[in-house]
Amino acid sequence: MALDGHTPGGPLAEKWDRHRFDLKLVNPANKRKHTVIIVGTGLAGASAAATLAELGYNVKSFCIQDSPRRAHSIAAQGGINAAKNYQNDGDSVYRLFYDTIKGGDYRAREANVYRLAQESVNIIDQCVAQGVPFAREYGGTLANRSFGGAQVSRTFYARGQTGQQLLLGAYGSLMRQVHAGKVELYARHEMLELVVVEGVARGIVTRDLTTGKMESHVADAVLLCTGGYGNAFFLSTNAKGSNVTASWRAHRRGAYFANPCYTQIHPTCIPVAGGFQAKLTLMSESLRNDGRVWVPSAPGDQRAPEQIPEGDRDYYLERRYPSFGNLVPRDVASRAAKQACDEGRGVGATGRAVYLDFADAIRRDGESLIRQKYGNLFQMYEEITNENPYKSPMRIYPAVHYTMGGLWVDYNLMSNLPGLFVLGEANFSDHGANRLGASALMQGLSDGYFVIPYTLGGYIAGTPLTDINTSHPAFVDAEKEAQGRLDALLAVQGKRTVDDFHRELGLLLWDHCGMARTGAGLTQALERVREIRQQFWQNVTVSGSTGELNQALERAGRVADFMEFAETMIHDALARDESCGGHFREEHQTEEGEARRDDENFAHVSAWEFTGPGEKPTLHKEALEFQNVALTQRSYK
Amino acid sequence: MSDRTHVGCGCQRGASHEGAGHGGAAVHVDERRVNVMSVRLRVWRQKHAGDKGGFVEYDAGRLTPDMSFLEMLDVVNEDLQRDGDEPIAFDSDCREGICGACSLVIDGVPHGPGQGVTTCQVYMRNFSDGATITIEPWRAQAFPVVRDLIVDRSAFDRIIGAGGYNSTNTGSATDANSALISQAQAEEAFDAAACIGCGACVATCKNASAMLFVAAKVKHLNILPQGQPERRQRTVAMLKAMDDEGFGHCTNEYECEAVCPKEISVEHIAFLNREYLRAQVLSSGMRPVITEA
Repeated sequence: MALDGHTPGGPLAEKWDRHRFDLKLVNPANKRKHTVIIVGTGLAGASAAATLAELGYNVKSFCIQDSPRRAHSIAAQGGINAAKNYQNDGDSVYRLFYDTIKGGDYRAREANVYRLAQESVNIIDQCVAQGVPFAREYGGTLANRSFGGAQVSRTFYARGQTGQQLLLGAYGSLMRQVHAGKVELYARHEMLELVVVEGVARGIVTRDLTTGKMESHVADAVLLCTGGYGNAFFLSTNAKGSNVTASWRAHRRGAYFANPCYTQIHPTCIPVAGGFQAKLTLMSESLRNDGRVWVPSAPGDQRAPEQIPEGDRDYYLERRYPSFGNLVPRDVASRAAKQACDEGRGVGATGRAVYLDFADAIRRDGESLIRQKYGNLFQMYEEITNENPYKSPMRIYPAVHYTMGGLWVDYNLMSNLPGLFVLGEANFSDHGANRLGASALMQGLSDGYFVIPYTLGGYIAGTPLTDINTSHPAFVDAEKEAQGRLDALLAVQGKRTVDDFHRELGLLLWDHCGMARTGAGLTQALERVREIRQQFWQNVTVSGSTGELNQALERAGRVADFMEFAETMIHDALARDESCGGHFREEHQTEEGEARRDDENFAHVSAWEFTGPGEKPTLHKEALEFQNVALTQRSYK
Repeated sequence: MSDRTHVGCGCQRGASHEGAGHGGAAVHVDERRVNVMSVRLRVWRQKHAGDKGGFVEYDAGRLTPDMSFLEMLDVVNEDLQRDGDEPIAFDSDCREGICGACSLVIDGVPHGPGQGVTTCQVYMRNFSDGATITIEPWRAQAFPVVRDLIVDRSAFDRIIGAGGYNSTNTGSATDANSALISQAQAEEAFDAAACIGCGACVATCKNASAMLFVAAKVKHLNILPQGQPERRQRTVAMLKAMDDEGFGHCTNEYECEAVCPKEISVEHIAFLNREYLRAQVLSSGMRPVITEA
């Protein structure tokens, strides 16, 4: 079946305006009669909850953390893009649109990306009004920097804690509405089921993580703002609690999952230190501005880095990409590091790391300038590794960082299930096959502050809904199913821990569905995932009961969903028989080892329909039409 | 009241060892290259808020100095689960010092050894091999224990709800550059805004005062031009909310600053006191005495 993204007509620059005019409005006095459920309190969820409550809707806001302020958006470092053109350096809405669609390797919807670029300017205004302490110039105006290889300075930032400050702004607005009684806040609550009544999303089932109590909530619409699925890989830069459960539960109820094979692997992370490792830490890629990446020329060279003379070193990025050198895009840098390690030239205890060396920069600029530029990052590195990066080179390795795929949504951010909207990283819509730096925060806030208030109104005004309550059989059944799943996890009484299975799954995905993929590897992984999932349900150990705070049970439920999700991810990677952005199929590369797209056969969104656990999902395609940009091949030589 | 459980003594680790090679083909960490250490833990265990609770001792072995403190607890928890026991409940999420979830009192100090770090940024190399380490939850009347090492910090959310924001509805903002803010002022606001809301300041204070938390938020907003319209109201409302939640008063011990993972200065508390006084004076009609900034 062909999917319709409901992109409005008219010229690109007028689509959003026209659409906003065409959308029906909800009478201000009537908004209070409508309840909206919002799951997740990151940038997308908190901004949507605050804004919809300001408009007069009754909002129920849910998060798994103990406070909405701790959602994982808080950890974003770099910045947020906006086409303000404050620097007078040639930026424009169209240029931000163009860079984003090109950076996504032409696998995103033009109209969505253009709207994102348009709304970017409003986001900055809103955040400054909230008191977000962005970096400033001496004259008091806002400062910008160039980020992620952009040729204009359009990134607004708040030290290395931009996500934190933006989230605290949205969280403050949310708490203001909680205080005003317009938002009911449910912290430490996890959504375990989406409830669909007569084909329309009408509510959710949650578990109170403190008491274990199962609860049902009815609404006129459900918004999922629950982030990405990077933790399928076990090790990622995501927070420990980040998971795919809300999205996956909605998918099982009929929502299509789009482009799950698109994952972003960030090149400058601190490498794995041992089998106990719980998560990985990202260091800003600005480090590549001055650090030089290298490995020993010969495999198995065990000498300390200082003892390896210049002639025995391979500065492979500079060698392979003379014009971009160490500044090639994230996916290119990541793959090159993997290749060097696969050749046996990796360094450190595990052999899965490359050097990022500042010796030349320190000789050239002096230690104090390097300290001024990167002091906090060097300190972070030293705290974690106990090594002094001023004296010996850093060791870095790529890690899973962000997921571009997500639940399929149309231009209104509504999934194929009426009444179910998906915002932020949880949807698939704006980043195509690769996300540019400083674009994630922009998308989360655009969706929450400036898109959903209009499109949700259009849906509510135009959709007559029947009056139901939680005694409706759909709610009763969903609660029973959720409870049954928890009981089943506790009943296994096996020998291996949840984390143990999760690690095994993660390693498998990393090896076969990570930085580089092959048809043969993916086919093999598909089989292996099924085996791991089977073993999980036969041999997992989960202690305690359902009627109490039980972190092992929480994790078990999430890992069980990752196990099912992983299969869909692999199916998608197999079906996408081309290389694009973060999805690199080794069969499809140029002679120089670069990704080769197949626009003739794969310029589409792959949206998967659930058909049963372990069954191959059904593929639906949404054709991507490019009327404004010409498709080109990237080159960084 | 303490019993002892041995964990980490050569149990099955299954596939977990292979995790060392996360990246490309599985690579085994050369165990000879890592320093093995062991510690004895005294951990506060409490089933639920109404339970009395008490310390339980655990011997944790096969640790390495490069493990983070929470990774050490992960290892202990995995071993407990393999034995069919209930893992130690504790909060953590980002594991890089920014979300504010992790909250352990380690040997009597919130967030344990080290300056300017959260619990998740503490490493086992901070402890000597064979050490006995006591782990407790934040303790304050306003932060009731939920289970084991997890406490309820929703009081902080309610304090923010009372006034920790600028009341600007989405869409009504003026252009971001319409109000100029000097670099120094933006930096000063940021220093206060860096608070992660972890509650270590409360946990370490003998009065369980939340003054540093409230001061940081009030300072962040009250010195910015956008925060001026609600300056007085915010100060008074947030302090009242703090009192209502059962936090104590400040008696200038400065322990909060010492344990704050973001090294937020007690000078902000002095600022808060001035703001409160100012609000009181202004609302009493003595306008000529103190002028609006």
